[in-house]
Amino acid sequence: MMDPASLRAIALRQFRRSWVGQVGAILVVLFLIVTVLAPLLAPYDPIATDFANVLSPPTRTHPLGTDDIGRDILSRVIHGSRVSLQAGLFTVAVALTVGLPLGLLAGFRGGRVDDLIMRGIEVILSFPTLVLALGITAVLGPKLIHALFAIGIVFVPHFARLIRAQVLTVKENDFIAAAEALGASDVRVMRLHVLPNCLAPILVQSSFSIAFAILTEAALSFLGLGTQPPTPSWGIMLAMGRGYLEQAPWLGAFPGLAIFVTVLGFNLLGDGIRDALDPRLKT
Amino acid sequence: MIQFVARRLLATVPLLFFVSVVVFSFVHVLPGDPAILFLGEEATPETLAQFRARLGFDRPLSTQYLEWLGRAVRGDLGRSLRTNQPVTEAILQRLPVTLELLGAALAVSLAIAIPAGIVSAVKRNSGVDLASTVFALVGFSLPNFWLGLILIYVFALLLRWLPPSGFVPLPAVADNAKSLILPALTLGTALAALVTRQLRSGMLEVLRQDYVRTAQAKGLSQGVVVGKHALKNALIAVVTVVGLQIGGLLGNTIITESLFALPGVGRLMIDAVFSRDFFIVQGVVLFLAVGYVLSNLIVDVLYSYLDPRIRLG
Repeated sequence: MMDPASLRAIALRQFRRSWVGQVGAILVVLFLIVTVLAPLLAPYDPIATDFANVLSPPTRTHPLGTDDIGRDILSRVIHGSRVSLQAGLFTVAVALTVGLPLGLLAGFRGGRVDDLIMRGIEVILSFPTLVLALGITAVLGPKLIHALFAIGIVFVPHFARLIRAQVLTVKENDFIAAAEALGASDVRVMRLHVLPNCLAPILVQSSFSIAFAILTEAALSFLGLGTQPPTPSWGIMLAMGRGYLEQAPWLGAFPGLAIFVTVLGFNLLGDGIRDALDPRLKT
Repeated sequence: MIQFVARRLLATVPLLFFVSVVVFSFVHVLPGDPAILFLGEEATPETLAQFRARLGFDRPLSTQYLEWLGRAVRGDLGRSLRTNQPVTEAILQRLPVTLELLGAALAVSLAIAIPAGIVSAVKRNSGVDLASTVFALVGFSLPNFWLGLILIYVFALLLRWLPPSGFVPLPAVADNAKSLILPALTLGTALAALVTRQLRSGMLEVLRQDYVRTAQAKGLSQGVVVGKHALKNALIAVVTVVGLQIGGLLGNTIITESLFALPGVGRLMIDAVFSRDFFIVQGVVLFLAVGYVLSNLIVDVLYSYLDPRIRLG
């Protein structure tokens, strides 16, 4: 068996060779920089209105124009990235907090525990993602935190299934039998031997899930069920742009572009990592 | 085959039961009191109690669930809190629009993806291959509500070729088609991207097989080899990806119908969410989930027909 350090080196080499992964990584790093430095990068306060300057097209002072109450679109797009990052991280955290123990338990214990957990997961998977997220948001009330919680719950089955499958593979290795023979407890075996072997697929799934969470948060906000005004969110900005499509098309163009580039970045990064870890899956 | 279908059908029954429990819990178990959400925070305790009693919310949950399930099985999903219209009737009225949109989106996506996927695999590493690979990567990440806005801007507002929103029902075929082109493109592009990608890799895999080489060695034309031998086997991958994406399509109909003001089931749900008409929301979620489970069943059966190893395994 190859030692983990050389496996990592091979994966890293594969990743460096893939233009898909590299473009993804660059886009994601740019997104993170914008998010962290938002207050420094944004030229204006994202919620400050300027009624002398409403619906201004892109100019030197407002490079992406202004909206219907004179707010600077560039500043709102920059600050909107924070809502998107929050959406991605929070939902993946919810999905992992619930999905990781469920997947580990189902895969490690097997038998009735596995059956029970897998049936539960099948039930959640019986709902189209957005329908379930909308249903939960409808009952809890339209707030960003409710929308994010709903999206996180919808992701749980994907993580739990993935981790279970990984555990089932890892469980067959001799080193697990050896650890058990040495008297290691289930928790210790899972924590020290099973979990580290699940990290790579979790990373791939997380990248795709963050992309999907950003899209879903924007969709729910676009429908008026996610982030509420005046907080700058790309989905809300697009919804506003819809009303001024003929008069001021830039209102919707830039937040849409921001969603697209960010989602593309996380999807490409996920593709790149997946291909590097298992070149057989390359499509 | 019949045994396989019967086995899958049998497995669906308990699944549907648990789905019904989840949908029921939406209104009754999740935090958030439907009476307060419907009547508002300022409602007096008496009004709230009256509301709960009128809808039977004051009885034990198990009794409420069994009654609700009994009625749901007979097709009675309750009445709208706002209009008093039976929920089933409201859904069935709007269903044809949603089905037409889904069908059109599926047709658009396959019409783009099948030629793109085939040409991309057959002419590997060519300009066409690069273009379709870029489309496959980009199309999947495009937010469909943004794509919809771009399509409306270009084709309805700038060129004035198509209507920006609204729906013309059949039998006005031409106008009906015109009102569905942009929504179908909006809904179908992501699926087209996924299918293109899947079909390309499926075709590349199949084109490497010995039987394809044998067919080529026999002197069969490229068209026959690709169309008759390779495509048929690569289509299994298409059925898989379409099957996996039905849920995504159903969810995205909500956004598409809302964006283009199409009077379908998704629009009904959004309107109900805003007017806090819980029974409509509950009914639509149950209806879409049952539809999703059944369509997965159909995909499984179709898949096992195309690849007998599935049902024999």
